[in-house]
Amino acid sequence: MSELTDLYQEVVLDHGKRPRNYGPLEGATHRAEGLNPLCGDRITVAARLVDGVVHDVRFEGSGCAISKASASVMTGIAKGKTPAQIDAIFEQFHRLVTEGPGGVDGDALGKLAVFGGVHEYPTRVKCASLAWHALRQALRGGGDAVSTE
Amino acid sequence: MMGATGERRSESAARRIAPAFDPVRAREDFPILRQRVHGRPLVYLDNAATTQKPRAVIDAVSRYYEEDNANVHRGVHLLSERATRKHEEARARVARFIGAADPREVIFVRGTTEAVNLVAQTFGRTRVGAGDEVLVTELEHHSNIVPWQLLCQEKGARLRVAPTTDAGDLDLDALEALLGPRTRLLAVTQVSNALGTVTPIDEIIRRAHSKGVPVLVDGAQGVPHLGFDVAASGADFYAFSGHKLYGPTGIGVLWGRREHLEAMPPWQGGGDMILSVTFEKTIFNALPYKFEAGTPDISGAIGLAAAIDYLDALGLDAIAAHERDLLAYAVDALAAERDVRLVGTPRERAGVVSFLVGDVHPHDVGTVLDRHGIAVRAGHHCAQPLMQRLGLAATARASFGLYNTREDVEALVRGLHAVREMFA
Repeated sequence: MSELTDLYQEVVLDHGKRPRNYGPLEGATHRAEGLNPLCGDRITVAARLVDGVVHDVRFEGSGCAISKASASVMTGIAKGKTPAQIDAIFEQFHRLVTEGPGGVDGDALGKLAVFGGVHEYPTRVKCASLAWHALRQALRGGGDAVSTE
Repeated sequence: MMGATGERRSESAARRIAPAFDPVRAREDFPILRQRVHGRPLVYLDNAATTQKPRAVIDAVSRYYEEDNANVHRGVHLLSERATRKHEEARARVARFIGAADPREVIFVRGTTEAVNLVAQTFGRTRVGAGDEVLVTELEHHSNIVPWQLLCQEKGARLRVAPTTDAGDLDLDALEALLGPRTRLLAVTQVSNALGTVTPIDEIIRRAHSKGVPVLVDGAQGVPHLGFDVAASGADFYAFSGHKLYGPTGIGVLWGRREHLEAMPPWQGGGDMILSVTFEKTIFNALPYKFEAGTPDISGAIGLAAAIDYLDALGLDAIAAHERDLLAYAVDALAAERDVRLVGTPRERAGVVSFLVGDVHPHDVGTVLDRHGIAVRAGHHCAQPLMQRLGLAATARASFGLYNTREDVEALVRGLHAVREMFA
């Protein structure tokens, strides 16, 4: 049996309580809303792209500890990356939260490794992915609300 | 004379010594409750979502498939006759349970949702026109909102919403003020699934009828805790689900006044709902079959009747008294926790208590409780408009059944201490 502390690791709890890059982003060029219909949680992610690179990214909204921590860590990682790089990281991250740490490129994950316990909690995968779906939707230029469903 | 007195005395003595309802003993009737979850004894507090099934229901369903299975209303052979008889006995059992004078007023459906949709698509479509109004309340479950929304969109009608107070009670005067000359139906719940509010349903029906407005009562949460007497209430329609009443999933009931059901067009077409079919014209069957197209959930109906028999044998009043006592205990226990905020403090409550723990998200509360073996619901409870009214995205909800005990409440409180520890 996995322990609760595998899911709620110290770093996750810390980012959930004190999310980084939280609040509105002035001069945002890309924006999208993520919605988890299961719980009604909403997260808006806004990014400012300069020369095809994410210069700044922030998020707002309500969510559980997992979704807020994921958004918080994500915004830290996304800065300085291109949309293609972000897609590649998301691919590794998605594998991590659905299948677990085995077979995932640890170097690509970096700090995201703290979400290694999520795969033991299938109902929480959507919480962990919500901000990522919103960011990728925003960068694709969509801007509409995305849903985890 | 002596004999009569003696009889009376022995009757009242029998009443005194009748064993009180014992939830610990009743637990033994529910095989699923014996298991451990994440290494802890299961504490099941998600009864408003669905109740567990007693052995009597599981056996009735198995026995039907092992001994009687056949299609109903068509075979000339013995099994079909038996299946038909059991199916119709189940209908009569449901009718007795809700005080319906005529079993033909009991339509078997998949659940409350299908019952509401049936009324919207038949009664609604023939009664509601452009500029008309359908009145619902802020307490409603999505299943008593969306069917009416669809109907109103189709007809160019207007969906009106009766407000709640901050405590989670209906504002009756505001509701009455919304009952206008264009109101074609009031659809209202007996008990709120999100807050546990018991609505003053008799008074609501009285006020609606005084304005000539028929009333559909959503009994999904009400019937397991309070029961319902369709005749005494004067309701026009009553809907509930078997699986929230210790019966199987996939079976539910729509009760309607005979004059309404007779006047309503059929809903789904198919076998069983017809008397004769030619390509030119179909003659529809009589009640209740007019609304039961296709092979029904025979085992579900039999399982539901077994659930009602089971509850009856335990004593509906005794169960209700136990649940009232337990709910009051749970509300007090949660209110005594310094970082727990009760969501909704209605005048009368049944089955449900919704709460928040500090600023911990309800989903995190639910996950931590689950790892302690405690099953609760976390989310918007399919009542997003009510959540918006309360300014919340979600709550945690503990909901009780006949087999829950004070020990379960104490386990919940200990679980909340673990939540607090983790997120302090």
